[in-house]
Amino acid sequence: MSLDTLPRATRSAHRRDRPPGRRWRSRLDVKAMPYALVSPYFILFAAFGLFPLAFTLYYSLYDYDLAGTIEWAGLDNYTALLGDEDFWRAVVNTIGMFVLATVPQMILALFLANALNKRFRFRLAIRMSVLMPLVTSVVAVAVVFTQLFARDWGLVNWILSWFGVDALNWRAERIPSWIAIATMVDWRWTGYNAIIFLAGMQTIPRDLYEAAAIDGASRRRQFWQITLPMLRPTLIFVVLNSTIGGLTLFSEPTTFYNGNVDGGSQGQFQTVAMFIVKQGFREFDYGYAAAAAWLLFLLILIGAAINFLFVRRIGGTK
Amino acid sequence: MMISKRRGGLAAASVLAAAALTVASCSSGSTPQSSGAPASSAAAQPVTIRVQTFGGGSNFGYEKAVAKWNAEHKDIQIKHENLTDQFEQQYWPQMIQWLQAGNGAGDVVGIDEGGMGLAKANPNWWVDLKEHGLESRKADFPAWKWENGVATDGKVFGLGTDIGGMSICYRSDLFKKAGLPTERDKVSALWPTWDDFMKVGQQFQSKVKDTKWADGTNTLYQVVLYQEAAKNGNVSYFDQSNKLIVDSNPAVKTAFDFAQKMTQQGLTAKLRNFTDEWAAGTQKGAFATLGCPSWMLGVVSGNAGEGGAGKWDVAAVPGGGGNWGGSWLAVPKQTKHPKEAAMVADYLTQATTQASIFTDFGNMPSNTKAQQDPAVQGAKNEFFNDAPIGEIFAKSASSLQPVFLGVKHAQVKNAIESVIQGMDDGSVPHDKAWQQLVDDAVKAAG
Repeated sequence: MSLDTLPRATRSAHRRDRPPGRRWRSRLDVKAMPYALVSPYFILFAAFGLFPLAFTLYYSLYDYDLAGTIEWAGLDNYTALLGDEDFWRAVVNTIGMFVLATVPQMILALFLANALNKRFRFRLAIRMSVLMPLVTSVVAVAVVFTQLFARDWGLVNWILSWFGVDALNWRAERIPSWIAIATMVDWRWTGYNAIIFLAGMQTIPRDLYEAAAIDGASRRRQFWQITLPMLRPTLIFVVLNSTIGGLTLFSEPTTFYNGNVDGGSQGQFQTVAMFIVKQGFREFDYGYAAAAAWLLFLLILIGAAINFLFVRRIGGTK
Repeated sequence: MMISKRRGGLAAASVLAAAALTVASCSSGSTPQSSGAPASSAAAQPVTIRVQTFGGGSNFGYEKAVAKWNAEHKDIQIKHENLTDQFEQQYWPQMIQWLQAGNGAGDVVGIDEGGMGLAKANPNWWVDLKEHGLESRKADFPAWKWENGVATDGKVFGLGTDIGGMSICYRSDLFKKAGLPTERDKVSALWPTWDDFMKVGQQFQSKVKDTKWADGTNTLYQVVLYQEAAKNGNVSYFDQSNKLIVDSNPAVKTAFDFAQKMTQQGLTAKLRNFTDEWAAGTQKGAFATLGCPSWMLGVVSGNAGEGGAGKWDVAAVPGGGGNWGGSWLAVPKQTKHPKEAAMVADYLTQATTQASIFTDFGNMPSNTKAQQDPAVQGAKNEFFNDAPIGEIFAKSASSLQPVFLGVKHAQVKNAIESVIQGMDDGSVPHDKAWQQLVDDAVKAAG
């Protein structure tokens, strides 16, 4: 209020000879404020990302069981895990289901996106409908698919019987169980990935296609030589995302076996994530579960690296 | 702010109490003044007691008993939650987690016999029911049922609900189709031994093509295991000192051999008990017989639904009696209403409650007074073609012996059942099954 009554000149003079404390504060404002403003993310990340990671690492070095006894175990949990058949079976299951789910999913999503990237009627409605499976609950999806893939009165076995195929026991045989679960995953995620691909495709400049068309390139050629290489950053993002999702697969296979983390009578479709939950919260071997969680983390890093190197070469001319 | 809020609450409570007092004095009429304290507690918010159980079909059979209590007790309301069909794989691990964390468990929780070893070894999880005057209930139960509810430190934490007993449930309509006798005494006479049982099964399957003889390997495996355990010192997977004896207890091998024969002869529908497919199979006639401890009657009638009434019947089990299953109710220490929870646990295990559960759903009372109740002894089960379940279960109830189950019984049981089931669904080769059963049991026992 009082400042307003002062003439302009005096006001600026005032500003110049501010006390040093205030200048220091203003510098703090400039230097620290940006950090303070972005800090919520980092604080949350530290609390929910970094801390659990470190905590898990810490307990993976201990023998920590239900009774609450905590004893130093060094790398015992890790060596035991590396010799544990059940763990390796879970790793093979996880990778198997990941490959079975992701490869068709990427290809389907790519072609779906390509199809959606054209002009046609009700374009928005159809593009939206592709996302529908994503908004349905995983459990609902799994319950429906569990019935479709039932041994005795399931739709899939009924259709297979038209072709003279004997009823498959989808929960007892390893590969059929993987296929059933991969189908569930694909049903849910193909549309989502297609929409991301579509967004990527729309950033590709039109004139590239026009130039190619003038040069006489066919539609198919345009797809392989323009769309795919230009889509590479999107592709990398989608593949990394699917890798993380695929290797931590849990809900679908669990619901497929009555909400049981056993994953079949002999772990036919038990994933590493289910193995961790079983060790931690069924056998109450927390240290062992923590070690398995770290190995899963490493597995994801390796998987992501391999896929990254692979995708970087896709459609590449160099 | 806190204070004013609390004051507001107090004021509201006192207004309510006053209102209750007037109502009470109006209704009681001749006795004009009752003491203030009970009236004000009656006027307070009703206490909700969560009762958590497990099991398929009608599970603990609490539906009517809870409705009755809730109608009679406005101040204490029971909320019954049946969490899952599966005890070892889901209910118990979840419960242990809640008990360890000190949060999440109900005010009264059901525990299957398989979990009692661990429950006894962790007295700090439970409210001592002695503090609520329930030691007086000791006389109501057979000694073993009572003793099993006493923790290692002498705390009384569990009150017995039901006991197993044993029978075979069968589909009389399908028996008729196969040209077998349908009347329960004649059916019982068909199979004095398990070998006879399998022979009749072959005969049945040669006549009825779409239906298998038994549900799967697991149910009958359990039946035989408990029968054999009774012959081998009443121990199954662990001896009394909690040492794993899977490979040395003949009861386990005998039960395993029987399960293997059943699946090798193709007599099972390959369904694992307490799964959705198994429940659907009960309804759709995937199998004709099923091992039935008393509590299984409610599971079958619940799974089969209205359409199954009159099609099912109950016959004697081959090879004599046995005691599979039975549960207890306990009050976790974390409850906010230990007194009311103890009252509910007391009510649900009373002779009258258990007797009506038996006549309605079939769970055999562990309460000896209920067992002697003429209504129980003469009970017939409408769903099972008016089978005289009182005669079948209650007569032998007093002679039932408990089988000792170790601290890690639930984990070992699940590991073994997975192998038995794997043998049935073809994922475990028959020649390697026994070795794997022993190995997996050792691993699960940790």
